Amino acid sequence: MKKTVIFGALTAAGLAAGAASAATLDDVKARGTLNCGVSTGLVGFSAPDANGEWSGFDVAVCRAVAAAVLGDPMAVEFVPTTGKTRFTALASGEIDMLARNTTWTFTRDVDLKFEFTGVNYYDGQGFMVPKALGVSSAKELEGARVCIQTGTTTELNLADYFRKNNMDYEPVPIETNAEAQQNYLNGACDVYTTDSSGLAATRAAFEAPGDHVILPEIISKEPLGPLVRHGDNEWGDVVRWTLNALIAAEELGVTSANIDELTSGTDSPEVNRLLGTEGNLGSMMGLESDWAVNAIKAGGNYGELFEKNIGENTPIGLSRGLNAQWTEGGLLYSPPFR
Amino acid sequence: MTTLSDPPSESFQLSQLINDTRYRSYTFQFIALLLLIAAIAYLGSNLATNLREAGLNISWGFLGDSSNYDINMTLIEYDSQSTHLRAAIVGVLNTLLVSFLACLTATIIGVAAGVLRLSNNWLIARLMSAYVEAFRNVPVLIWILIIYTIMTAVLPTARNYLGEDPESDLILGMFAFTNRGVYIPKPVFTPLGWVVFAIFVASVIGVFAYRRYATKLLYDTGKLLPMGWPSLVILIVPAVVFYFLLGMPISLDRPDPLANRFNLQGGVSILGSLIALWFALAIYTGAFIAENVRAGILSVSKGQTEAAAALGLRPNRIMNMVILPQALRVIIPPLISHYLNITKNSSLAIAVGYMDLTGTLGGITLNQTGRAIECILLLMLFYLTISLSISAVMNVYNNAIKLKER
Repeated sequence: MKKTVIFGALTAAGLAAGAASAATLDDVKARGTLNCGVSTGLVGFSAPDANGEWSGFDVAVCRAVAAAVLGDPMAVEFVPTTGKTRFTALASGEIDMLARNTTWTFTRDVDLKFEFTGVNYYDGQGFMVPKALGVSSAKELEGARVCIQTGTTTELNLADYFRKNNMDYEPVPIETNAEAQQNYLNGACDVYTTDSSGLAATRAAFEAPGDHVILPEIISKEPLGPLVRHGDNEWGDVVRWTLNALIAAEELGVTSANIDELTSGTDSPEVNRLLGTEGNLGSMMGLESDWAVNAIKAGGNYGELFEKNIGENTPIGLSRGLNAQWTEGGLLYSPPFR
Repeated sequence: MTTLSDPPSESFQLSQLINDTRYRSYTFQFIALLLLIAAIAYLGSNLATNLREAGLNISWGFLGDSSNYDINMTLIEYDSQSTHLRAAIVGVLNTLLVSFLACLTATIIGVAAGVLRLSNNWLIARLMSAYVEAFRNVPVLIWILIIYTIMTAVLPTARNYLGEDPESDLILGMFAFTNRGVYIPKPVFTPLGWVVFAIFVASVIGVFAYRRYATKLLYDTGKLLPMGWPSLVILIVPAVVFYFLLGMPISLDRPDPLANRFNLQGGVSILGSLIALWFALAIYTGAFIAENVRAGILSVSKGQTEAAAALGLRPNRIMNMVILPQALRVIIPPLISHYLNITKNSSLAIAVGYMDLTGTLGGITLNQTGRAIECILLLMLFYLTISLSISAVMNVYNNAIKLKER
């Protein structure tokens, strides 16, 4: 009898996986809302504000996709996921896309059968310590107790880094960023490690951000980006090119302020193609011709979103760094719209 | 001369399978069995097909790959180069450790609370019912979090103990209670130290032997040997004598506040997460056990107490020698399921970052390899095995103490 239960459960899991690979674009259109997986709360990237509205840099990607597909940036159902639940949620079809500072890695792309549709933030793993400890380099962390979010690549990078430098440490696995923050602040761990953008966002939420330093070492490459399920290329294209549209818009000087003016026609063929006044790029993807206009109007182009959510004038205070356009020495480079 | 002739040899007909009451039930059972097998086969092949279509195949190869992550509490040798299988074993041992500690503590708390709840002292009885009601009516996860939060918020940080001129000194120079856990000294054994240890183990056996002998003597001759101080002497004296004779071969590795600026090093550190999980499970399940114990005691007829009192037994002897042995017959069967519950509830460990099996195999390994089905199957298999083993052991004990019907 026990066997039956096991097989029953497995079959249910198998069926769910089978059902999930249908055409997501049609599902989203039929449903009228986009189910978007985000983190459980990381200020600046995805966190509900005082009114319960989700906002942030990752949230903006969800809204842009919803605007491109449905014409309404508010037609998003946000599903908070932890480091552990995010992939199951995506694989099972509970969410249509995941925009949750998730690192693009080989195994996630190939073995876990997901499709990363680009990079919206180039990040790297860093360390934060209380200033009072007087640590100035990660090489001095011998014997420290380190809080990590479990189920993330940071766990593996950390093990590699300490092994490479022949240092001991004591990992403290934590489920969510909020718990990590609490453990770090009351001294249950000495060091908090995660993506350095995440550290900046976490520190911004502290009562006394100045009492904590982020160490200069960046120990890994963490290209963060939205991802979808493997095998649904049409949907993958929609998410990929929506992100590219935001990036290209910044490069081409299309902003939420001047977009209405530009939509009435410009001299630049590329801008015209992007905004759908020339060519039929939208219908090739199964979208309206003004898909990119809606996506950009949702919150602005990439640069606007960056400044609004995590830029230097926000409490998080991140500089563009690697996330500047390629024309300005960064890594952002959208393939051409043609 | 016999009047019975051989029964007429019946020719068996197929219709008998339905019409003959002797065969009918077998027929239906056989049909039900066939249907069950067909259903399992259908589900199995459905599973296989769907997994194949989803591009997932069941493979156990990942267990041999190196895990690449570290675990904060390991009872066996383990580092990030060890395999996923070894990480799973580390998790198994951590699960068993916390379950064992919690079962033991829960039993002690439960028996004490159960007995005290029946006390004639109004205050104690009410206090115990308050304990039982408070703890058994709040989910165990909440208790785990409450205890962990209180520990991390109330106890001082480890940094208070560090440095040349610390805010607080180690208690007795060797204990520290911090919000990261409790630090205690670790005994370091030289080969001669193990001799002392062996002598101590022998003393423990000796104590039991002595008590057995004393009981036998009491039953055989009515002569009452003292129990208390001889046991203590047998337990302590040989080990202490040999410890000094052999030149103090056991030393203590004390927590060292000067080793680095982050943490106490050396000694044994009992993680805060382990303590929180252990006590939460123990007091939560203890409340249930207390109710069992109370039920067990109440199931023993009051006449037994009165008869024992009439024989001149003192109240604690009445409890220990008359009531509890009979009450155990009622207490043990539900106690088994509480032990099973503790073991299964220990999988809430990740809430406080204790790396039990659900944290290693079902958590990090599952995440990093993406082998969800395999990991969950292994988890189910483990918890099933453990639960069945606990049941088996406890059933043996139950059989040993249950009413012998002659």
